[in-house]
Amino acid sequence: MEAEGRVPGPALPAGGEGPGADSHLAASALGTARGPLLAAAEVLALDDEEDDLEVFSKDTSLTEVNSFSPSVPISPSSMINQYKFEDGPELRDLFITVDDPESHVTAIETFITYRVVTKTTRGEFDSSEYEVRRRYQDFLWLKSKLEEAHPTLIIPPLPEKFIMKGMVERFSDEFIETRRKALHKFLNRIADHPTLTFNEDFKIFLTAQAWELASHKKQGPGLLSRMGQTVRAVASSVRGAVKNRPEMFTEMNNYMETFSQKINLLDKIAHRIYKEERDYCNEMKEYGPIHTLWSASEEDIADSLKGIAGCIDRCCRATEKRMAGLSEHLLPIMHEYILYSDILMGVLKRRDQIQGDLDSKVDALANKKTEKDLFSEEIGKLEDKVERANNALKADWDRWKQNMQWDMRSTFTNVAENNLRYYEE
Amino acid sequence: MEDCLAKKMEITVSEAEKRTGRNAMNIQETYTAYLIETRAVESQSEGQCAPVESLWRRYSEFELLRNYLTVTYPHIVVPPLPEKRADFVWHKLSADNMDPDFVERRRIGLENFLLRVASHPVLCQDKIFYAFLMQEGGWKEMVNETGFQLKADSRLKALNATFRVKNPDKRFTELKHYSDELQSVISHLLRVRARVADRLYGVYKVHGNYGRVFSEWSAIEKEMGDGLQSAGHHMDVYAASIDDILEEEEHYADQLKEYLFYAEALRAVCRKHELMQYDLEMAAQDLTSKKQQCEELATGTVRTFSLKGMTSKLFGQETPEQREAKIKILEEQIQEGEEQLKSKNLEGRDFVKSAWADIERFKEQKNHDLKEALISYAVMQISMCKKGIQVWTNAKECFSKM
Repeated sequence: MEAEGRVPGPALPAGGEGPGADSHLAASALGTARGPLLAAAEVLALDDEEDDLEVFSKDTSLTEVNSFSPSVPISPSSMINQYKFEDGPELRDLFITVDDPESHVTAIETFITYRVVTKTTRGEFDSSEYEVRRRYQDFLWLKSKLEEAHPTLIIPPLPEKFIMKGMVERFSDEFIETRRKALHKFLNRIADHPTLTFNEDFKIFLTAQAWELASHKKQGPGLLSRMGQTVRAVASSVRGAVKNRPEMFTEMNNYMETFSQKINLLDKIAHRIYKEERDYCNEMKEYGPIHTLWSASEEDIADSLKGIAGCIDRCCRATEKRMAGLSEHLLPIMHEYILYSDILMGVLKRRDQIQGDLDSKVDALANKKTEKDLFSEEIGKLEDKVERANNALKADWDRWKQNMQWDMRSTFTNVAENNLRYYEE
Repeated sequence: MEDCLAKKMEITVSEAEKRTGRNAMNIQETYTAYLIETRAVESQSEGQCAPVESLWRRYSEFELLRNYLTVTYPHIVVPPLPEKRADFVWHKLSADNMDPDFVERRRIGLENFLLRVASHPVLCQDKIFYAFLMQEGGWKEMVNETGFQLKADSRLKALNATFRVKNPDKRFTELKHYSDELQSVISHLLRVRARVADRLYGVYKVHGNYGRVFSEWSAIEKEMGDGLQSAGHHMDVYAASIDDILEEEEHYADQLKEYLFYAEALRAVCRKHELMQYDLEMAAQDLTSKKQQCEELATGTVRTFSLKGMTSKLFGQETPEQREAKIKILEEQIQEGEEQLKSKNLEGRDFVKSAWADIERFKEQKNHDLKEALISYAVMQISMCKKGIQVWTNAKECFSKM
């Protein structure tokens, strides 16, 4: 299972040592498992059809190709279909919005559905516009299907089921709005993802009517098989650290640990700042009127005092704007990336698990020379799996980092701008 | 203000020093002494400077001086001293009298006090004040010798007068109301300002955490690393900038405090007026009743109910000699009383006149000072915003390079 001087993936930050496999299938995967800014020219033969986005490949387990331009950046502040394009606007052919939350009451429960509107020019979609209603459970279902299908791809985070800390009630307007925004982002990130966007379940999610979706959900691997997966996952984690983990992934792991730590800190800081600003604003609200009161007993300086009172009020309003900016931009992003770091850790674990499977089979092989043939085929398959998983992860990782960078950059720039505006006022 | 002391002399309180010594009760204590330096300002020829005279005083001596001035010049609004203990502190400032920042601010306050007294047309001419500045030894005795403590009105007496006075000058009543309002509004303002300062401090300082986390984060990033690192540096600058800003604001707060204490001085003048007026009213009342008594005795008619009348009815009339004697005494008293009343009236009118003149002067000074203070506050705020703009512009640049 040695890598045979395989085609390297040059732009990988960790200078990856592409775990090679000789499978012809891998050939399609590797060469393009690169950093994002790769032109479409790198597409290998097998992927000709992939070039044309109109083609929908059902065999997602085999193809992990990212042949085109990457991170179409998502502007965090877009509520409607306004996306800033970095390059390749012509590549965006799927527009999704999530809006119009409505509450439904049944005998058993009350829940909220959201309207999901999809506009697309893709061929495999029967029509160019779809409108469906989905509830949070449906989103959860979609997410788990995606995770199943692509264990080592980075699936975007969903908003949490409910908020533990805060005073936010399950059905308060604020909560619903925050969730709606997050769901909107979730779907759009999937749509942007070069591979996930072609996932069948995703398509069904966007297009099927409620009853269709319900019946579709019932198919597919049932509860038992999912349980089986979980058991294996636990078993493999008990096995301990994977011995053959390529260095790149160890680095990733370390990076994620630190990153997660830092993001958590930043989130706390951002919340703290928000709180302090709010307290400051409250005090200022008292500060202004005192001056007006004073001006009532003065003659000469009454005007100056009134002037100051007016300015203090404006300061107050400016502070409120600043706070709003924070809560709209910075706080949600921080939160998202906290979730992301959890997801990534999960992804890394799964990759390890796959690798673990491979390794254990290899060990088994060493002990059972007689069944070598049988095994080697299995091993071959597993190696493929590992390699594909690794590549998928690598590629997605790069993409994710690029996205993250962009997000961070734009978010903090936003914060800075807000502050500037505040001071200018 | 032509020949007030301030024009003739430079006065500064230039240093503060911690001392230990034994106080009146022979207990060891630590206190701060302040160095007062004075130098005559004359038309100086090139390169020649008048010699600097200096002496040390402690806060309690300042207090003694001020007490003396308030008793000796009750019609003057005497400038207040800086606060004895730190009030209206926000959490970073300590309320400790020995804290260097507090001592420093007090030093400035004391200097301000001396300058105000020296620029006052009446107060600057006082000998005791002059001696305070120039004569180190024996000053305390000198002050005590003036016996001013005896002249001081008792608090109780003053309170009594405030309640009972019937006809105070309307202007003083208004002034009293004004000074009450001023005091309450300024102290409210200072309290809220302290809270605002606290919060602002919090906002800035928390941003400092960004600096630390950014720099740690930049260690694991490749492309974002530089941007993060330099942005973090700017966050630190931002967080640190609040210290200077708030220190400057402290100065503004001190200016407001001065006028808070001035309100008290205003009230003291009003009280003195009320006291004098009450005295006057009492004296007039006394005189009237004596005159009445005299008349009664002379004419034998009892116009009003009096104990004397009753007893004389019960125990018999007095002899004419007794009556004559009484009338004589009363007439003397009446005479005295009328003179006293006249002089009191005069005193009262003089007081009102001179007090009101000083009050006008004070009002002008107050308006001028407060306006300046408010303007400088606004300027401070603007500069704070400018600094903020600078920091965030820099930070923004760093962020965009991430």
